[in-house]
Amino acid sequence: MELIINGTTHQVDAEEDTPLLWVIRDDLGMTGTKYGCGLAQCGACTVLVDGQPTRSCVTPVGSVAGLPITTIEAINEDPVGRRVVEAWVEHQVPQCGYCQSGQVMAATALLKENPQPSEEDIAASMVNLCRCGTYNAIAAAVRDVAQG
Amino acid sequence: MNLAALEHFPLSHRWPINLTRRGFLGASLGALVLGVLLPGGTARAQGAVAEAKPGTRVPAFLEIRPDGTVLLKSPFIEGGQGIFTAMAQIVGEELDADPSRFVVECAEPGSDYMVVGGRRLTGGSFSVRSSYTTMRGLGAAARQMLLQAAAGRLGVPVSELTTEPGKVVHAASGRSIEYGELAAEAAALPVPEDVPLKAESDFRWIKKPVARLDVLEKSTGKAVYAIDLTVEGMLQAAVQHAPRFGAEPGAIANEAEVKAMKGVHSIHRLPGAVAVVADRWWQARRAVETLQVEWTEPAAGARFAMPADFSSDGFRATLAAASGPGVAAESEGDSAAAMQGAARVIEATYDAPFLAHGQLEPPSALARWNEDGTLELWLPNQAPEMFQQVAAKAAGIEPEKVILHSPMLGGFFGRHFLYEGASPFPQAIQLAKAVGRPVKVIWSREEEFLRDALRPLSLARFRAGLDAEGLPVALEAEAVGEGPIGRWFGRKPDAADPSVVEGISGKLYAIPNRSIAHVPVESPAIIGFWRSVGHSMNDFFYETFFDEMADAGQQDPYELRLRLLADHPRQKALLEAVGELSGGWKRGPFTAEDGSRRARGVAMASPFGSEVATIAEVSLRQGEVVVHDVWVAIDPGSIVNPAIIEAQVNSAVALGLSSALLEEVVYVDGAPQARNFDGYPILPPDRMPRVHVRIIESGAPMGGIGEPGLPGVPPAVANAVSVLTGQRVRSLPLSKMQFSATDI
Repeated sequence: MELIINGTTHQVDAEEDTPLLWVIRDDLGMTGTKYGCGLAQCGACTVLVDGQPTRSCVTPVGSVAGLPITTIEAINEDPVGRRVVEAWVEHQVPQCGYCQSGQVMAATALLKENPQPSEEDIAASMVNLCRCGTYNAIAAAVRDVAQG
Repeated sequence: MNLAALEHFPLSHRWPINLTRRGFLGASLGALVLGVLLPGGTARAQGAVAEAKPGTRVPAFLEIRPDGTVLLKSPFIEGGQGIFTAMAQIVGEELDADPSRFVVECAEPGSDYMVVGGRRLTGGSFSVRSSYTTMRGLGAAARQMLLQAAAGRLGVPVSELTTEPGKVVHAASGRSIEYGELAAEAAALPVPEDVPLKAESDFRWIKKPVARLDVLEKSTGKAVYAIDLTVEGMLQAAVQHAPRFGAEPGAIANEAEVKAMKGVHSIHRLPGAVAVVADRWWQARRAVETLQVEWTEPAAGARFAMPADFSSDGFRATLAAASGPGVAAESEGDSAAAMQGAARVIEATYDAPFLAHGQLEPPSALARWNEDGTLELWLPNQAPEMFQQVAAKAAGIEPEKVILHSPMLGGFFGRHFLYEGASPFPQAIQLAKAVGRPVKVIWSREEEFLRDALRPLSLARFRAGLDAEGLPVALEAEAVGEGPIGRWFGRKPDAADPSVVEGISGKLYAIPNRSIAHVPVESPAIIGFWRSVGHSMNDFFYETFFDEMADAGQQDPYELRLRLLADHPRQKALLEAVGELSGGWKRGPFTAEDGSRRARGVAMASPFGSEVATIAEVSLRQGEVVVHDVWVAIDPGSIVNPAIIEAQVNSAVALGLSSALLEEVVYVDGAPQARNFDGYPILPPDRMPRVHVRIIESGAPMGGIGEPGLPGVPPAVANAVSVLTGQRVRSLPLSKMQFSATDI
C-alpha cells in the first residue's frame, strides 16, 4: 500500500491491520514517534492524519493509506510546528522527553485548527500523559504560541 | 536515603547468578567492604590502594574537539532529571568552557566513573551532591593542562596566562589560543593534582538557570532512547511472561501455527517466559500473544515464586497482623514511661499500596554477539557496572567482554536498577545467541506491568502521648514490611532497613521520647526503588499522623510544627518560607473566590540530604479531590541550576500527587489486575495543580534534588482533605475514599 508521510510517498508491505506506529518506526525507520502503551491511553504516538491528531498505536495502517500523514520528523517544516518547538525550547518543557513528540504534535494540531485557543480549549486538546509532570510547562508553551 | 545508605549499594547484590566480587569493583573491593564514608563522600578503606582515584583521569572524561566543542563522559545517566546539563555546568565552570558547547553522553563501565563514594549509580538523588567537588576538580585540572600546553606553545610562563570561555589568553601580548587547538597537546600532559577551585563569587554558570542541553532534540523527536536503536541484521523479539513469577513455560498448543505467521523467525522458551523472534516487533508481539502456553507451577524453593493466592488486600492484612516490637531504628528517652504518664494517648494505622513506575518508555534491550567474542548491549540502566557484571554472568563470559551502552532513559524513577526478572537484557542475550543475529527485545506495556519492580506496599502503626497542654511527649511507630535495600542488598537481622523506616525515623520535631522500629515481613512481590523510596509513603504516614496529634491536642498543625522545630533554625525558616510563599498560613476550610470550599495542609520532609516544606490547597468536585495549588520551599543547602530544580520540584509534585490521588497496583490470585494505563491511571494534565517553588540555599551540605520534592505532597494533600471533609486519610490512594459530603 501507499503511505504519504511528510510529503513523501512510501510503498509499504505490511498487513493492513498493523498499527501505523509500527510501520512508521520499524518499516520506515522514523523513531521520533513513540510507543508508550499501545492502547491510545498516553498519546506518545500522536501523529497528524489529514491534520487531525491521531494515536498511531491503534490506527490500522490500511485505514490511512493515501492520506497525508505528518510525524515529528517534519515538525520544523510547518510554520505552526516550528513556533511550537520554539516555545517548547523557550519554556524548557521536556524532562525525559519520551512523551514530547506526541505533545508537540498535539499542540501543533490544536494551534493549526484554533490559533487562539482558550484555557478550556487547551485543556480539552492537550490530554497526552507525561510521567515527568511537565504539564504546567506544556500549557505555558501552548499559551505563548497562542498569544504570539 | 542519606549518603551513608550508599554502604548498602553494589557490594552484595542478591542477584541469583552467584555474583563474585572480583572484577566488579576491582581489586580494592575487599578493602571497600570495610570502608566507611567520610564527610565529602570519599570512600576510604583500610589498606585500600587506589590505581587512579575515580574522577581524576581527565582523558577518561573529556575530549575537546578541534571546533571547541567538549565531549564529556558523564558518570550518570540522563533520564529527565537534567544531570547531563548539570555536569556540563559544573565541569564547564572550572574548565572555563560554555556548557552550551558540551556534548554529554553516559560513560561506559569503568573504575574512573566510580565517583559516588567509590561506587557508581544514578539514583538516590546522589549525582550532583556526591560528585560536585570531584567534577569541579576534573574541570580545573583540565583547564590547568590547557594552560600548560599554551605556555609551551607561546613560550611564556603559565603564571602570565589566563582563560576566557573556550580559550587561553596571554593578556600581555594580546595573543590567545582556542582550547580546540590545544587539546591534543594538553591531553598528553600529566594530570595535575589539587588544582585550586574557583571562588563561588566568580561563578559564571553554576547557580544560574543554564538552558538544558537536550531540550531541542527532545522537542523534535531526535533524542534516541534504547527502544529506538537498530543495528544491522537485527531481529526483534516480543515476550509473554508467566502470569506468576517463578512459573515456567510448559506445552505450547499452537506452536506450528504461530511459527507460520508472517515475519516469524523462531519461537523460544526462556526462563519464566516465551519469546517470538521476528523481522518486525509488531509481528513478534502478535505472534507471541497468540501462543497458547501452559505454565507450570513454580518449582519448590523457586526464588520469589508468586503464590497463587497472593492478593494485595491479603498482604495488607498480613502486615496489619504482624506484631512488634520489631528491630529498633531509633530510640530516644523512654517512650513507654512517657506514654504511661501522658494525659492522652492516640493511635492510628496507615498504609500505602504497591506502585508501578510507569515510565513512559517500555523496557527494551538490544544484544549483539560480535565476531571477536565480545557481547555488545544497549539497555536502559541506572548502574552500568552492575548490569555489565550480571550480563557477563548471564552470557557466560568475562565482564570485560561485555560492551555496555547506556542510552538516554525515557523516564526511570528507580525503574532501571537491577531487580530480578525485571529487565529484558538476559532474554536479549539468550535470543541473540540462539538465532546468531542481533536481537532487540521490547516489552509491551502489558508485560511491563507484569514484571515491574514495585514500590512496596507498606503499613505503619503510630502511637503518641500528649501532655496536659496538648503537646506530644512520646511517639512510637512500627513500620511493617520489606524495603528494596534489604531485598536487593541484604539486611542484618538486628538492623532496620533504612528504606523501610526513612521518613519515620530521622524526624527533627522536639518529641523527647521516641521509639521507631521496623517489623520485617517479606513481600512475595518483586519490589524496587521508586522515586523517594521509603519517603514516598513514610512521610505521608508520619506527617498525616502529626496532624492527628495536633488536632488531638487542639493545636494548629502549622504552629505546632514551628514550635517543635524551634531548635532547628534551618527547618523552621523553611516552614516560615513556605507559609509566606502561600500568602500566609491558613488552614481553612474557607471559601475561595470561585465559591468553592477549600482547605490547606502542610507537611515537612527531610529526604536525601535536602529539607522541604510543602503546602497544598484542595477542594472537592463531585466527590473527587481537586488540588489547586502546591507551594514548595526547598533547601538543598547549595545549588547548581535553579531552573532544573524548579522543573524537578514540578515533576516530583506531579508524581507525588499521582500516587496520592490515583495509583495502586492491585494483586488478586497472584496477578496484577491492571496491565496498562487504562487500569492504572496516572496523573493526567487536567489534575495538575499550579506549583510554586522557592529555593533556599542555607549553606548546609549539598542535598539531593530529583526526589525530595515528592514526599511532602501526599501528606500535605491528605491533611488538607481531612480539614475539608472531617475524614482522616489513612490509606492511599484518595480515589478509594468515599467522601460523605461532596462539593462542600
